[in-house]
Amino acid sequence: MASILVIGETDDSGLTAPTLELLGAASRLSGNLGGGVALALIGSGLADAAAAAGPAGADSVYTADADSLAGYQTDSYLPVAQGIVELDSPSVILMSQSSIGRDLAPRLATRLGTAAIMDSLGLEVDGDRVKATRSCYGGNARQVVTVQTNPQVITVRPKSQDPIEADASRSAEVIDVNVAEPTLRARTTGKEQAESEGIRLEDAEIVVSGGRGLGGPEAFADLESLAGVLTAAVGSSRAACDLGWYPPSQQVGLTGTVVSPTLYVAIAISGASQHMAGCGGSKNIVAINKDPDAPIFSFSRFGIVDDYKKVLPALEAAFADALD
Amino acid sequence: MDVIVCVKQIPDPETPAAAFKVDEAAMQVLPAQGISPVISPFDAQAVEAALRIKDASGDGTVNIISLGPDSARDAIKHSLAMGADEGYHLKDDAFDGGDAWTTALALSKAIQHIGVPDVLIFGRQAADWDQGTVGSIVAELLDLPSATVLRAVELSGDSITVSRVVADGFENVELPTPCVLTISNEFGDPRYPQLRQIMQAARKQVTELTASDLGLDASEVGAAGARVQMHALYQPTSDVEVEIIEGDTPEEKAAGLVNALREAKIL
Repeated sequence: MASILVIGETDDSGLTAPTLELLGAASRLSGNLGGGVALALIGSGLADAAAAAGPAGADSVYTADADSLAGYQTDSYLPVAQGIVELDSPSVILMSQSSIGRDLAPRLATRLGTAAIMDSLGLEVDGDRVKATRSCYGGNARQVVTVQTNPQVITVRPKSQDPIEADASRSAEVIDVNVAEPTLRARTTGKEQAESEGIRLEDAEIVVSGGRGLGGPEAFADLESLAGVLTAAVGSSRAACDLGWYPPSQQVGLTGTVVSPTLYVAIAISGASQHMAGCGGSKNIVAINKDPDAPIFSFSRFGIVDDYKKVLPALEAAFADALD
Repeated sequence: MDVIVCVKQIPDPETPAAAFKVDEAAMQVLPAQGISPVISPFDAQAVEAALRIKDASGDGTVNIISLGPDSARDAIKHSLAMGADEGYHLKDDAFDGGDAWTTALALSKAIQHIGVPDVLIFGRQAADWDQGTVGSIVAELLDLPSATVLRAVELSGDSITVSRVVADGFENVELPTPCVLTISNEFGDPRYPQLRQIMQAARKQVTELTASDLGLDASEVGAAGARVQMHALYQPTSDVEVEIIEGDTPEEKAAGLVNALREAKIL
């Protein structure tokens, strides 16, 4: 029995970055809660990912490996996750606040007779409870909450926790889980991959983002040009995505992607709380906005108060010179 | 097709940050002066999705449920003015201090009381607590298939086809009825009620239901039944001091910014 069960996710490279972060958080919490850390992997072709679990902080790893689990579907993952929880009897279950975690955590918690806390930013042990700090009111407020029932299900915002340094000498016991043929009610029939030119938002060291103040979709071409010079990814505020100016997959914010680059360049973005929820973890924010009272400046290290249309060409030239 | 939408009245999420205040001792958000509460924007989009399903199917009803104090009636009235048929207001002091679990429990009982419809729709999350769990909990309690965080919903024969927003694109999911859907902001703008519709909505029926009407004991709902406990509520502070880069021309400002980034070793 582990004290903490991490329900992890995998991609082509093995364990995803948020999964490594969850294992880091679990390692730190388990020191105070007592007991070990187990990782649950649900999917297809999990051997490499399972081998990475020990070095990343897991004491044991449950693998539910089946072709039928190749992509996430609520109806196929839910009973498997439930089965692993029943095998492991953890006191805490951690998941990422990802497309999967958002969907699975509340249904799994309900099935287990407990509750889920979503999108935690900070975790701290208090007796046998894990106190979670989370953002609410669109980022305007923080609350500290605990799940009073067991197990305590908590999803964690990507990039809010540090992974541990991988220790190749550690290994985790692998426990294979039998998977029954799932009964699918809702059925995933296809996937539209977002056009991903260039760098993935969540991996980028520099992000150039635009908002409603750009005035129209054309301006994103200028942002892409600047991003080319900076080797940056291009993001968008929710307002600009909702207006159809840029794809939803590039949305930075509470309901989009969370980024924490070294440099976040916010262009014509007012700085609404729900946007800051997605970029507030950036190490440095630079804002370009013609409104000197825009909230974005109160989160920024450097700012230019001016019309972005005038500044952008000059900025691209100056960056090109500097990086030449 | 019959649809039920669950909605919530919340403090306006467009409230400027400067007007947003918290009573830390009471762990409550203080109403902002002169800014009226609104239906949670994702919920208005959920009502829009429901009305489109009803229109596409050619018949059926769209009914609205909201749990909350007196002000919840306004979210119901807004939905009725958008074109929904009937409202149900879950109103009882016993519901006070509840969490997502107790809310979902009461909603699921109300849905069974009214009759489980073909489609149940929720906003992806209420824009106050931002948890985003009530729709999924109701789906689990009623043992229904669900699809969450949707940007598009279409009726195709007896089933529902949806487009789910995921990290790297969209997933198409097909669901049988009855099912549970949650709507994301990508869905698009909801219709805005006209004066005539607001007048008509005033005449539409809103049924009030208490915990005991739903067969729930006071110990199961509200603070007594909650599974999540809050220990603190506060406003985050930013400790960053902005340096505004001055200059007479955009070129000077741009050069100044690049220099500042270099000096700070960010570039």
